[in-house]
Amino acid sequence: MSNIAKAFDHGKAFIPFFTCGDPDLETTKACVRAAVENGASLVELGIPFSDPMAEGPVIQAASLRALEGGVTTDKIFQMVRELRRDVHVPMVFMTYANVVFSYGAERFISTCHDIGIDGLILPDVPYEEKGEFLDVCHKYGVDLVSLVAPTSEGRIAKIAKDAEGFIYIVSSLGVTGTRTEIATDLTGIVSAIRENTSIPCAVGFGISTPEQARRMAELSDGAIVGSAIVKIIGVHGKDAAPEVAAYVRSMTDALRGL
Amino acid sequence: MSSEHGRFGIHGGQYIPETLMNAVIELEEAYNHYRQDPDFQRELTQLLNDYAGRPSRLYYAEKMTRDLGGAKIYLKREDLNHTGAHKINNVLGQALLAKKMGKTRLIAETGAGQHGVATATAAALLDMEAVIFMGEEDTRRQALNVYRMRLLGAQVVPVTTGTATLKDAVNECMREWTKRIDDTHYCLGSVMGPHPFPTIVRDFQAVISREIRAQILEKEGRLPDVVMACVGGGSNAIGSFYAFLNDPGVRLIGCEAAGRGIDTLETAATVNVGRVGIFHGMKSYFCQDEFGQIAPVYSISAGLDYPGVGPEHAHLHDIGRAEYVPVTDDEAVNAFEYLSRTEGIIPAIESAHAVAHAMKLAPGMGKDQILVVTLSGRGDKDVAAIARYRGEDLHE
Repeated sequence: MSNIAKAFDHGKAFIPFFTCGDPDLETTKACVRAAVENGASLVELGIPFSDPMAEGPVIQAASLRALEGGVTTDKIFQMVRELRRDVHVPMVFMTYANVVFSYGAERFISTCHDIGIDGLILPDVPYEEKGEFLDVCHKYGVDLVSLVAPTSEGRIAKIAKDAEGFIYIVSSLGVTGTRTEIATDLTGIVSAIRENTSIPCAVGFGISTPEQARRMAELSDGAIVGSAIVKIIGVHGKDAAPEVAAYVRSMTDALRGL
Repeated sequence: MSSEHGRFGIHGGQYIPETLMNAVIELEEAYNHYRQDPDFQRELTQLLNDYAGRPSRLYYAEKMTRDLGGAKIYLKREDLNHTGAHKINNVLGQALLAKKMGKTRLIAETGAGQHGVATATAAALLDMEAVIFMGEEDTRRQALNVYRMRLLGAQVVPVTTGTATLKDAVNECMREWTKRIDDTHYCLGSVMGPHPFPTIVRDFQAVISREIRAQILEKEGRLPDVVMACVGGGSNAIGSFYAFLNDPGVRLIGCEAAGRGIDTLETAATVNVGRVGIFHGMKSYFCQDEFGQIAPVYSISAGLDYPGVGPEHAHLHDIGRAEYVPVTDDEAVNAFEYLSRTEGIIPAIESAHAVAHAMKLAPGMGKDQILVVTLSGRGDKDVAAIARYRGEDLHE
């Protein structure tokens, strides 16, 4: 069993996302610790990319701020090494194909293994293109997380059969960002996934309130929240950690007992 | 020459969010069906001929030839097409295909505005809705084309994210497409993006080289020695090259925008200064930093101001079948003025990059040799910008 699966062992998982380096890596570390102390079961660390195709305005702006602040892949690796001294929940990187490809897939993924990163989410690498990353991921025991979208339909079976770690269910059409309503028939998607795999699945895109998180976690194994957290950090900057702590607490409270 | 999932050698592929995968698969299936459908081909040919004005002329530039004193120079006059550029060839094909697929709305990116104008035009003709994404910086450089698109009934959305140029307009189109797929076709303007776009756009632009081939055989009784065209994403270039790929005697040259020079950071000459990467749905050459962040690029030409190049060009470069040379702003502006004065033809500043390289190459070639330059578009849109480049404060 991969480390990631352990995040789903104790009830529903709450999975926060952070854009690394926004506003700086010290703040990212403080926010990650705050989230973990308040019940986050798995942490998604976003390595910013100049042109994040799947992101809405909030994460786009955070990525830009982080890059302008001078964050690089190497500096983020160093941050993870420091975090791993006291953070024991699974952590995954979320970034774009070129960040990994340009660094060298072998060099990037072997470093992930060395520093304690458990998985990799690449939103611009669909099932058809994952081969060149998957082979290296297998070599170093890093899970390549697959995404399923509202438009996946007939593709769900093959994606689920080959999936590892957990399955990231994209709740809605469009890009990341908070939404007042999630209209997709997620029940159908989850049951299509369950027919083909026993690995956990969590829902992301558009979730910001405890009520939404609870509803999504009822349908699946967990809720992923990105833009709402990145927005809090955008507002509070270097003082964001206590705000993140309170927010994550409200979300993990909402998932308790499910 | 693309294989499964649209590979050209190591380049190409489908690096896009899962949300879009069924959309590109549906597009590929529809394209494979309609490309073999005689009714579709007849309808498209009729539009290209009666509406867009094809075939475009292959013009013997006698004065330029005499002045440069070398190879015989022919100009492939894509600038004479309806809407003033080669972009209409691809747009009519894709719009017709989208309509057959039951789509009612076209979205498109545009740099110089030529592809946006062509898309707005096709949408007006075929009763479709058009939304054009254009970098805010480019809406300033090409204000006339913005109004032209609105006049044609399209909505123009200025893109303020990132560097507010062509690459950001492509990002926004991709994002918009993931929001609304059912009724919307992304009418991509160049031989780039995820499979099947590089193949579809190349096939619709290949009419340029098929015509050059027939026209030059008729005029000269033999194939040209050199065919050259400007390259941003590379659609007019691949269109100009395609029918000659299997003729090793025909030298193929793509002219990249070097901006202020390839030894500066203000350049867009992707093949010359870029590295292999994955972006905008494809593996190809990209201008990027050591961590894979896409570099801001620069060229005087909004249409060539793009940090990548189509995957088939990347492959043609890898196997040595085509050459990609850098041409600076200065050289392009000189060529813009030269062609205007010598032949009475004002080329698009994009096309002027190819003219500039022809001016370098032709004098060293023999008088019995033939050089074909594709004039991808006309330069009316650039007049004010070139005046400003020359220090004249001219307002459109």
